[in-house]
Amino acid sequence: MSSPGRRLGFGLAINEAFHQVMEEDPSVVLIGQGVKSPWYVGNTCNGLVARFGERRVYDTPVSENAVTGAAVGAALAGLRPVVVHPRMDFMLYAFDPIINEAANWRYMSGGAAHVPVVFWGIINRAGEQAAQHSQALHSVFAHVPGLKVVAPSTPRDAKGLMVAAIRDDDPVVFVDERWLYGGEEEVPTEVYGTPIGKAAIRREGTDVTLVAFSYLAPKALEAAAVLAKEGISAEVIDLRTLKPLDAATVVKSVSKTGRAVVCDVGWRTGGIGGEIAAQITEACWAGLKAAPVRVALPDLPAPASRSLEAAYYPGAAQVVAAAREVVARGRG
Amino acid sequence: MEGTDRTTLLLNLYRTMLRIRLVEERFVEPILSGEVKCPVHLYTGQEAVAAGVCAALEDGDYVFGSHRSHGHYLAKGGDLAKMVAEIYCKATGCARGRGGSMHVIAPSAGMMGAAPIVAGTISLAVGAAYAASVRGDGRVSVSFFGDGATGEGVLYESLNLAAVLKLPAIFVCENNLYSTHLPILECRPSEEVYKIAEPFGIAARRVDGNDALAVYEAASSAVSRCRAGQGPVFLEALTYRWRGHVGPDDNIQGAHTDIRSPEEIERWRKRDPIGRLRALLLRDGAAGEAELASLDERIAAEVEAAASAARAADFPATKELADHVFSRP
Ligand SMILES: Cc1ncc(C[n+]2csc(CCOP(=O)(O)OP(=O)(O)O)c2C)c(N)n1
Ligand SMILES: [Mg+2]
Repeated sequence: MSSPGRRLGFGLAINEAFHQVMEEDPSVVLIGQGVKSPWYVGNTCNGLVARFGERRVYDTPVSENAVTGAAVGAALAGLRPVVVHPRMDFMLYAFDPIINEAANWRYMSGGAAHVPVVFWGIINRAGEQAAQHSQALHSVFAHVPGLKVVAPSTPRDAKGLMVAAIRDDDPVVFVDERWLYGGEEEVPTEVYGTPIGKAAIRREGTDVTLVAFSYLAPKALEAAAVLAKEGISAEVIDLRTLKPLDAATVVKSVSKTGRAVVCDVGWRTGGIGGEIAAQITEACWAGLKAAPVRVALPDLPAPASRSLEAAYYPGAAQVVAAAREVVARGRG
Repeated sequence: MEGTDRTTLLLNLYRTMLRIRLVEERFVEPILSGEVKCPVHLYTGQEAVAAGVCAALEDGDYVFGSHRSHGHYLAKGGDLAKMVAEIYCKATGCARGRGGSMHVIAPSAGMMGAAPIVAGTISLAVGAAYAASVRGDGRVSVSFFGDGATGEGVLYESLNLAAVLKLPAIFVCENNLYSTHLPILECRPSEEVYKIAEPFGIAARRVDGNDALAVYEAASSAVSRCRAGQGPVFLEALTYRWRGHVGPDDNIQGAHTDIRSPEEIERWRKRDPIGRLRALLLRDGAAGEAELASLDERIAAEVEAAASAARAADFPATKELADHVFSRP
């Protein structure tokens, strides 16, 4: 009973995913700091405690390591927990249960056990919050075998990927970004999963492929509009999933355009953006008209001061500049 | 303690607390107007803890803080103007605009830094105590943290480490009964925090965190124990924050996330640590109304000058974005 035209913001789209999946599956629980306070998680958890009770929707003490480990253990014992870290920086206390335990559990048990858990980490940055309240760690998680990593940029995908992540039988790191919470669009009312591992082509083009995700996906679309006015036709891919990476969609696009700009919302060195550029180079070498160019955060901790923040975070202008560069450099 | 010593101490405590209070309250307006943008966790109401503990320390002793550390910084002797400038995120700030309110630091005064990762600096404070023990230089190291930090495992690891090594470490838990939007009994089974240290054989007690003199006395004996090589001490200071978790009022700025009742806040305001010390000073005859009024004025002027200077200062230059990552670029 989808009602066409119904629009939702990013936060309420996630909220709807919880309401629907928790209703259909009593093994789904949501734990973590702030699930009963909008201060931490905005409107993503509206109405959940009232509907499902404080046991299934548990606002925890400040104990990231234990709470995340408990989510992993509960998953082993038959629940499908979502554990929220309202700020990704706090997840660093939980690296052991995420990386040592959950990620490895299925493999090191030879498939005897598995861990259907969602580690939801919200990137919350800018506003002069400085180095410990700004970090984007998606690439670290994508580096680890045994973890899937999704990073939606739109309300529709936020809902669909949360549903898919919860239904997945393996650990999924769900990474979103406060900067995206202003977004609003038509979101189907029924419960649906957005396939994990499938990118979306947001705009078709012929001269250059802009590969992006999370907050840089809408920025890449803005950039494409600017580039169009200059006669550069940009194709925009929103990865949506970082691992497993939808290399096929990226390779197909770059094979067509011969040029790629890869946009990463994290630091440059060792980031997923470098991995994507490497895969493009390996797969598309013969057809590349120029080396791929990366847009990423500089290899620096996040500064506090607004003057430095403005220089630190790339936006549409940096994507435009990178696209111009890769087009100018082209060898064909 | 008698006579002039006591008078000096009381006046020092009063001055320290008032400096903290007036600085904190001076931020209210610029936070609400958006001029100060970084997250600011005001210390108003808890001044007696920082003042009392730091009055028991020497310059060379170490202090590590949390997200709510303006008071620790000032009480330990950090430069007031540089702190205000940092909270404005200006180039003239104590962290050159790189850290903001949550990273106030003054190593030369023994204020070794602050960090908003809950419990993040507790083990660091233990490490500084270890350094002191390696050198045998008699310094002590203080870790300030909130009741919320009792949820983090690293606190217990740190207690154990300090106890096993008999380190000159003082754990100061400022129990203000809330961790953001959660009352303490939703975070832990008991309101009495100090008891967590007992299984480690650590001397532990609770003090009235709104009584600067009581805090000072407890801290002094803790410092003596540490300097005598008798190992760590745990102090729980029961206190209350008057303002929002972050910013002046969570219910103005956030979405009604302060769940504390106005009556409860009012009850604690009546236990104002500064008002109490002021009354004590007057009662003791340690200071007269006129003397205190002129002290108040001088501090207010100092704060006003710092705020003006901070407002007038430049933000860090963009070309310096990559500075301070490593000792050499
Ligand atoms: C590791 C970590 N988890 C969560 C947070 C979010 N957070 C900021 S302050 C705070 C609790 C603070 O409570 P308390 O320690 O009692 O200090 P108070 O604010 O009362 O001074 C929390 C949970 C954080 N900063 N770091
Ligand atoms: Mg507290």
